[in-house]
Amino acid sequence: MAWQQPMDGSHASGSKVAAADGPGTQRTQYPYVTGTSVIALKYKDGVIMACDTGASYGSTLRYKSVERIKAVGKHSLIGASGEFSDFQEILRYLDELTLSDHMWDDGNSLGPKEVHSYLTRVMYNRRNKFDPLWNSLVLGGVKKGPKGEEKYLGMVNMIGTHFEENHIATGFGNHLAIPILRAEWCEDMTFEEAVKLVEKCLLVLLYRDRSSINKFQIAKITTEGATIYPPYSLKTHWGFAAFENPSKGAVGSW
Amino acid sequence: MLTHYTHSLTSGPRRNTHLLLCWLAFFSCSILEPKKNTATKPEEHADREPKPYAHSDPKIAREIQAEEDEDEASRMFRNQYDTDVTTWSPAGRLFQVEYAMEAVKQGSACVGLRSRTHAVLAAANKAASELSSHQRKVFRVADHAGVALAGLTADGRVLSRFLRSECINHAFVYDAPLPVSRLALRLADKAQVCTQRSWKRPYGVGLLVAGLDESGAHLYYNCPSGNYFEYQAFAIGSRSQAAKTFLERRFEGYNDYTPDQLIRDALSAIKETLQGEKLTSSNCTVAIVGRKDDGTVEPFEMIDNKRIQEIIESMEAVEEAPVAAAESSSMQEDKGTDAAPMDI
Repeated sequence: MAWQQPMDGSHASGSKVAAADGPGTQRTQYPYVTGTSVIALKYKDGVIMACDTGASYGSTLRYKSVERIKAVGKHSLIGASGEFSDFQEILRYLDELTLSDHMWDDGNSLGPKEVHSYLTRVMYNRRNKFDPLWNSLVLGGVKKGPKGEEKYLGMVNMIGTHFEENHIATGFGNHLAIPILRAEWCEDMTFEEAVKLVEKCLLVLLYRDRSSINKFQIAKITTEGATIYPPYSLKTHWGFAAFENPSKGAVGSW
Repeated sequence: MLTHYTHSLTSGPRRNTHLLLCWLAFFSCSILEPKKNTATKPEEHADREPKPYAHSDPKIAREIQAEEDEDEASRMFRNQYDTDVTTWSPAGRLFQVEYAMEAVKQGSACVGLRSRTHAVLAAANKAASELSSHQRKVFRVADHAGVALAGLTADGRVLSRFLRSECINHAFVYDAPLPVSRLALRLADKAQVCTQRSWKRPYGVGLLVAGLDESGAHLYYNCPSGNYFEYQAFAIGSRSQAAKTFLERRFEGYNDYTPDQLIRDALSAIKETLQGEKLTSSNCTVAIVGRKDDGTVEPFEMIDNKRIQEIIESMEAVEEAPVAAAESSSMQEDKGTDAAPMDI
C-alpha cells in the first residue's frame, strides 16, 4: 500500500499561484516558522541527537519551547529543522505508519532504515510536485538485524537528497558543527563522551547562529528504547574585554 | 382472425414480417415450453427408469424412495443456487466458491513445510504429454518468498505476478522485504473481492506461500475463498490426502529440522502422492528459502535436478527405516531434536 499524501491546499506554508497551476494547487515558496540546526552522532550504545528548542518566525525568536526531536516506533528518533508545520505533518504520517505496524502484532516492526526509506520517498515525491515539505530530517535508531544490533543514522532533506553517515548536522550545523565532528568523532564513544562532543557543537551554534536559543534537548536511542531528556541551558561566556565598554572606540555622537 | 392474418401477409412487406415473427414466437412458446420443463425435473426421469435396488418390502421401499427424493431435491436445490457467486444457498453456502476449491483439488499435488528458520516447497510435475514440458508450479515471488500452486495455472500465473509487484512496491518504499503474513493477507483480500462481485469469478488456484521474515520462516495456504491459514506443513492438489497423512505423523518435530531434513520430508510427501510411480528428479520440483545460522539469508531458489536426484537416491538407500521410525517418532513428541529417520 502506497503512503498517503495530503490533499492539495492543506499547506500552511504554501501560497496560491493563480491559474497557471490550475485551481486549488499550491507551490511552496518559503517557510514561515522554522527550527534551526539538529546534530546527531552514533555512539557505543546507539545514536544521540540534540537540538535547541526554538522556532523562529523570520528573524523573530518566536517560540522557545518547541520539541524538534520525537521518537518513532520502538527503534527510531526523528529530528527536524525547517518549517515546523511540515514536521508536524510528517509526524502524522509516521504515526499512521507505526500504528498500522503495531496493530499487525506479528513480530515485525519498522526499523530506522525502513522509516528513512519511506521518508525519502515522501520528500522526493513532494519535491517533484513542486510542493516540498520544507525540512531537513535526521533519522537515527538501533535495531536488531541478522548480524546483531545495528545502529543507523541518516538524513533526508527537502529535495530528497538522502544519505547515511556516522554523524549528521542540518542547517547551520553543516557549516559549524560538521568540521568539529569530523575532527573529534570516533567509533564507540561512551554516552558521556558523546554528550561532551555534542555540547561543544551546540555551544558554537549558540554563539554563531543568530536563530539558536540557549535551551537545548538531548535525546538518545538504544536497544532499550528512546529517551528524550528535559531541556537545559549551556553556560556561555561573554566576559571579553571588547564587550566591556562597547562605545569605547566610537568617535562623536553618532 | 386467420383471414385477417393472411390478408396482412399479402400486404406491405415490413408489417407482415413483424406479425409473422410474433405469431411464430407465440406458436413455438406453446409447443416448446413443456419439453423444457421436463428437462429440469430429474425425478420424473427417475420415475421412468427401472430401480436397481427396489425392495420387496413396500415400507422399506418407500423409505429408500424418500431418501432418494431428498437427495434429488438437495441436488436440485444446489443447482438452483450455484449460477453465480453472489447468490447464497438456503444453507448459507456460496457454491461457486466451493466449486472453485474443487478446481484446486484437480491440480497435481504440492506440499510445503517449514522449520523455525527454513521453509520448503515441493511440487509433483505433470506434463500434458510426453512431448511437452511440464507445468511450472513453483514461482519465486521475491528473494525472501515464493509460492507453489495447484489448480488453474493461468490464474496462478496472474496471482504470482501480483505478489511479485506487491513485494517490489514494498521494497521500493521501505527498503525492506514485505513480511510474509502481510503478503498472504493482500493475496487473500484480492481473492475475497472475486467472491463478492457478480461480474467476477473466484480464482481457481490454491497457493502455498512460503517465506522468511523478521520472526522466522512461515508457510501460508491461500484458498480461492479468500481464507488463509498459517501451517507448519500442508499439502494441496490431487492425492494430497496421502501426503497430509504422512505430514501429520511427523510435523511436530519440524521446527528443529535442518534444511536437509525438510527437503527429504518434502520429497517423501510428494512420493506419497505419486502412489506407486517412481519418484525421480524429473517429476518433482523443490524450492527452499531460509536464514542460515550466521544470519545471512538463503534466497528463495529451486534446487537443481542433480542435487534432488542425489537426495532421492540416498533416501532410497534407507527405505525401510522411515516407516519404522515414523511410528516411533509420533510417540516421541518431546524429542523433536532427534535425528530424522533417514539419518539412522
